[in-house]
Amino acid sequence: MSDAGAAPPPGSGAPGPAFDPSLPWRRARSVALRPEPFGALVYHFGNRKLSFLKSKTLVTVVETLAEHPSALATLVACGVPEAQRAAYVKALADLARSQMIELRESST
Amino acid sequence: MTAVLPPRTPAPERPVGGRLIDQFEYGLDAPICLTWELTYACNLACAHCLSSSGRRDPRELSTAEAEAVIDELQRMQVFYVNVGGGEPTVRPDFWHLLDYAIGHDVGVKFSTNGVKLDKTRAAQLARTDYVDVQISLDGATAEVNDRVRGTGSYATAIRALENLAEAGMKDFKVSVVVTRENAGQLDAFKALTDSFGAQLRITRLRPSGRGADVWDELHPTQQQQKDLYSWLLTNGDNVLTGDSFFHLSAFGEALPGLNLCGAGRVVCLIDPVGDVYACPFAIHENFLAGNVRDEGGFQRVWQQSELFAELRSPQTGGACTKCAHFDACRGGCMAAKFFTGLPLDGPDPECVQGYGESALAARDLDLVTPKSHIDHSHKGPVRGQPTLLGMPSIPAKICDESPLAGLDLR
Repeated sequence: MSDAGAAPPPGSGAPGPAFDPSLPWRRARSVALRPEPFGALVYHFGNRKLSFLKSKTLVTVVETLAEHPSALATLVACGVPEAQRAAYVKALADLARSQMIELRESST
Repeated sequence: MTAVLPPRTPAPERPVGGRLIDQFEYGLDAPICLTWELTYACNLACAHCLSSSGRRDPRELSTAEAEAVIDELQRMQVFYVNVGGGEPTVRPDFWHLLDYAIGHDVGVKFSTNGVKLDKTRAAQLARTDYVDVQISLDGATAEVNDRVRGTGSYATAIRALENLAEAGMKDFKVSVVVTRENAGQLDAFKALTDSFGAQLRITRLRPSGRGADVWDELHPTQQQQKDLYSWLLTNGDNVLTGDSFFHLSAFGEALPGLNLCGAGRVVCLIDPVGDVYACPFAIHENFLAGNVRDEGGFQRVWQQSELFAELRSPQTGGACTKCAHFDACRGGCMAAKFFTGLPLDGPDPECVQGYGESALAARDLDLVTPKSHIDHSHKGPVRGQPTLLGMPSIPAKICDESPLAGLDLR
């Protein structure tokens, strides 16, 4: 598991949309983040899945996705070093798959 | 508070990054989930009851106090609780508290023997989102189940399962404690559970509560543990375990889930009178961290109790840390060691590498295993009492046979 990675909940095969980092994303509306010393615990009230964000930067990324035109732009804005971007994109893809983040339909 | 753990070096700083399991070892700001036993009252008298339940405790939390605990859990973002007992549904305000919790973003998974799950309640549950039900069943046949849980308890559980299935309830669970007597029935349990469209959950028998009295007789044999491990590797993805079999990971491949004792780190227990223990299997004063009625409530107990602070550091000493399998099983279950009189930094009594057996054999002959002073067991005979410990004897009454029988006339 990568350091930045979100630990996917066991058995979470729920089909979320494929993750495209050039699109606008947001924390899913039915998802809550609980701050923890190492990052955050993520909980989805709809499918009751639990996940973890393993770095504080990833927490900031997830929380500020909605403020930026794309996931990639969010990574840049959060100061994620270029060398780590692939790991963060993978972590976000995991979160998309388990429906913890969702596509923003419009820019509002 | 009595220190219960072997002395450890001053708590090292929490590492940054790394594996989640290493982070969990240092504890969380709030539990991932916690167990909340609502009452010690129970209609049954299961031979292995982990909380020695039976009679209600007059000091149990009132409805208002229970609501206050839920408010606090919501503030702390504890997203769900495992509710149990005793038999939680015999509390008259159970259904109210269930709705109250759900209305405050605290999901409820409750364990029941099914006694109150008639068609009406089953329909109500099926309509309610964010609630999970698990029906306890410790035998895939009435014969095996009722010996431990009491005559008629199998029929009660099956009726509840039928009612839930008929009401269209989704994702309800059948919850099994694996014993020497039912370990051979895992496939039968799976088939039974599937037939109701339910999900199977199996957990480990601990020598806690009345479980201590029957542990020698009921805990799975070494061969059964091995078979269970293989079964879990094959079926593990479709079976819930509460991550309770992590001691089996020392057989080789790690089992799915958290392979770590979560006591006081990611889980804890609130008992019916509001006492907070490190885990549901550790109802003993040595593992008592505080009470939700104390100033600062549950949050203060969780975040500031000395006991929990002690539990939140990695084990660095003891026999197990030198074992090649330590990273797999992390020394096993704290409660299982404690109630069998083993040192907490040594092997689990069911250590699959065999160190537990030798540790048990090496115990002092006159060792008295720690016993909880908290016992709410029924005092008189109970209808359908379990027969595991032999048929309950009817107390001999004076005059039954001879007017002088049993009288000491000296």
